[in-house]
Amino acid sequence: MSELARPAPPVREREPSLLRLFVADFMRSRLAALGLVVFSLIILATIFAPLLAPQDPYDLMQLNILDGRLPPGSTSFDGSMTYVLGTDDQGRDMFSGILYGLRTSLIVGVGSAILAAVIGTVLGLVAAYVGGRLETFVMRLVDLQLSFPTILTALMILAVLGKSVFNVVLALVIVEWATYARTARAAALVERRRDYIVAAETLAVPSWRILLRHLLPNCMPALIVVGTIQIASAIALEATLSFLGIGVPITEPSLGLLIANGYKYMLAGDYWVSVYPGVALLVVIVSINLVGDHLRDILNPKNKS
Amino acid sequence: MATWLLRRLFQAVLVILAMTVLVFIGVNVIGNPVDIMISPDATQEMRQRAIEALGFDQPLWRQYLTFLGNALTGDIGNSYVFNQPALDVILQRLPATLELALSALLLSVVIGLPLGLLAGLHPDHPASRTIMAGSIFGFSLPSFWVGLMLIMTFSVYLGWLPSIGRGQTVSVLGVEWSFLTLDGLKHLALPALNLALYQISMVLRLTRAGVRETLHQDFIKFAHAKGLRPRRIIFVHVLKNILIPIVTVVGLGFGHTVAFSVVTETVFAWPGMGKLIIDAINVLDRPIIVAYLMMIVVLFVVINLLVDLAYTLLDPRIRLETQE
Repeated sequence: MSELARPAPPVREREPSLLRLFVADFMRSRLAALGLVVFSLIILATIFAPLLAPQDPYDLMQLNILDGRLPPGSTSFDGSMTYVLGTDDQGRDMFSGILYGLRTSLIVGVGSAILAAVIGTVLGLVAAYVGGRLETFVMRLVDLQLSFPTILTALMILAVLGKSVFNVVLALVIVEWATYARTARAAALVERRRDYIVAAETLAVPSWRILLRHLLPNCMPALIVVGTIQIASAIALEATLSFLGIGVPITEPSLGLLIANGYKYMLAGDYWVSVYPGVALLVVIVSINLVGDHLRDILNPKNKS
Repeated sequence: MATWLLRRLFQAVLVILAMTVLVFIGVNVIGNPVDIMISPDATQEMRQRAIEALGFDQPLWRQYLTFLGNALTGDIGNSYVFNQPALDVILQRLPATLELALSALLLSVVIGLPLGLLAGLHPDHPASRTIMAGSIFGFSLPSFWVGLMLIMTFSVYLGWLPSIGRGQTVSVLGVEWSFLTLDGLKHLALPALNLALYQISMVLRLTRAGVRETLHQDFIKFAHAKGLRPRRIIFVHVLKNILIPIVTVVGLGFGHTVAFSVVTETVFAWPGMGKLIIDAINVLDRPIIVAYLMMIVVLFVVINLLVDLAYTLLDPRIRLETQE
């Protein structure tokens, strides 16, 4: 009779708890949580790089050639600053160089992954929904693309087009769209036979609306997992291309180019020019992979039991 | 089967043709070959004569047909740097790359299979967890980075192994090989391991997944019930059943390994095709670039064709599907 006996309305509780459940699920893995924290810190560091960096690494006026290849912890020639991570051959503070290098790496990596995700997802969803010739054509393209190693496709594009930030992004997008397309199609094929899609079709909901409002959200879990891992692999591929000297130009050095720059000094024992950018790259890639690996575990219904 | 094979062959030829068009357009339209072939000091008249002699005044489709015709006979032009036929320059570098790639594949099976078996048989053992965590690194770390770390550890600090070059080689059938001398083997060790890491992770994960899946199958339970020794069950019955996907992956991995040797060869200054193409891109040696790209496309189309063929031969289910 009293109000206490009445059960709480169940509908209201459901929606926020789903997100909370997800967050709780995610935070259960300490490693994944750590990866998320580290990656967020890195993103913040790249956004605020001009404020954090003790030196503008591109401003030649601020460089002093007398400070070239100083080991970590050295004080500069004029005594004005300490090089926490040492300097490169031109007397550039490695810490500042790495912060700005991270910027280029992340912009190129994340940017191309997002572009590839949009293109690949649209093609994959449309292929699955429309079917027929279009589907066959898109999926043959996907197969063809995936049968070539990523490095090779990128190499071909950059060999022909020459090096620039735009061409690197183009190469990464061409390399990665197929993975998204395949994932999106696979997820959409499962979803499109479900009753709610059939119901929407019966109600004569326009196709684009079914694709965007019904199919896409339900394919998101799979796409998020693929997307996370693909961002890491885009960053790694960009670093590789830049290391080979066919990636970003020297005016916008990414981590890969910084590592290549320090390579020749490494053999002489001056490890820091190459190793610290390498550590930064490692931290970025591993933190993203920790997040992605765990996301795959919790978003995969097979592992729910 | 015959129609399927024919259709597959036709597709392969189409892909190769499409690639020749793309490479031709890329190299000849986006970049201007005239500027590279002809000295900037040449007079207008000399320039004109050179353009006619090289065929650049012809319409594009005719230039393409000439290019295609020459390519079919193996003539892709002379390298600007080496002043030899581009294809010859590449073929000279081929054995070094093949040696590296095959050593890497061998390593991937020799290391990946036992580790995967271990991880699959004892999934909860701490060693297995370490192996699996390590394999994530094998997948995700850029191989040039791992290569640098290998050099730093084993060459710079420990001084155990040399860091660059092929070392002493022995000539067999007119081709130089490193793996036949001790010095060559030492030089081969680090690059081969570096190149193998990705494949090791791949083979390891596949083996583990295969073992775990197969162990629960009825015929394994039956074998146990029959009283077969565990060792025989694992090495004969389990291994035989997981070998098909592993063989395919290793087969496909060959192409992957050749492609990624570009990175490893650059890191370790290994004088193979991969290092050649990177150098060629940096000095714009177009005939070399074209020859390399065409060769690698053909290589990949052939590998994919062989793998498809192997699939249909090995797995009756696929064979039936293609006959429908």
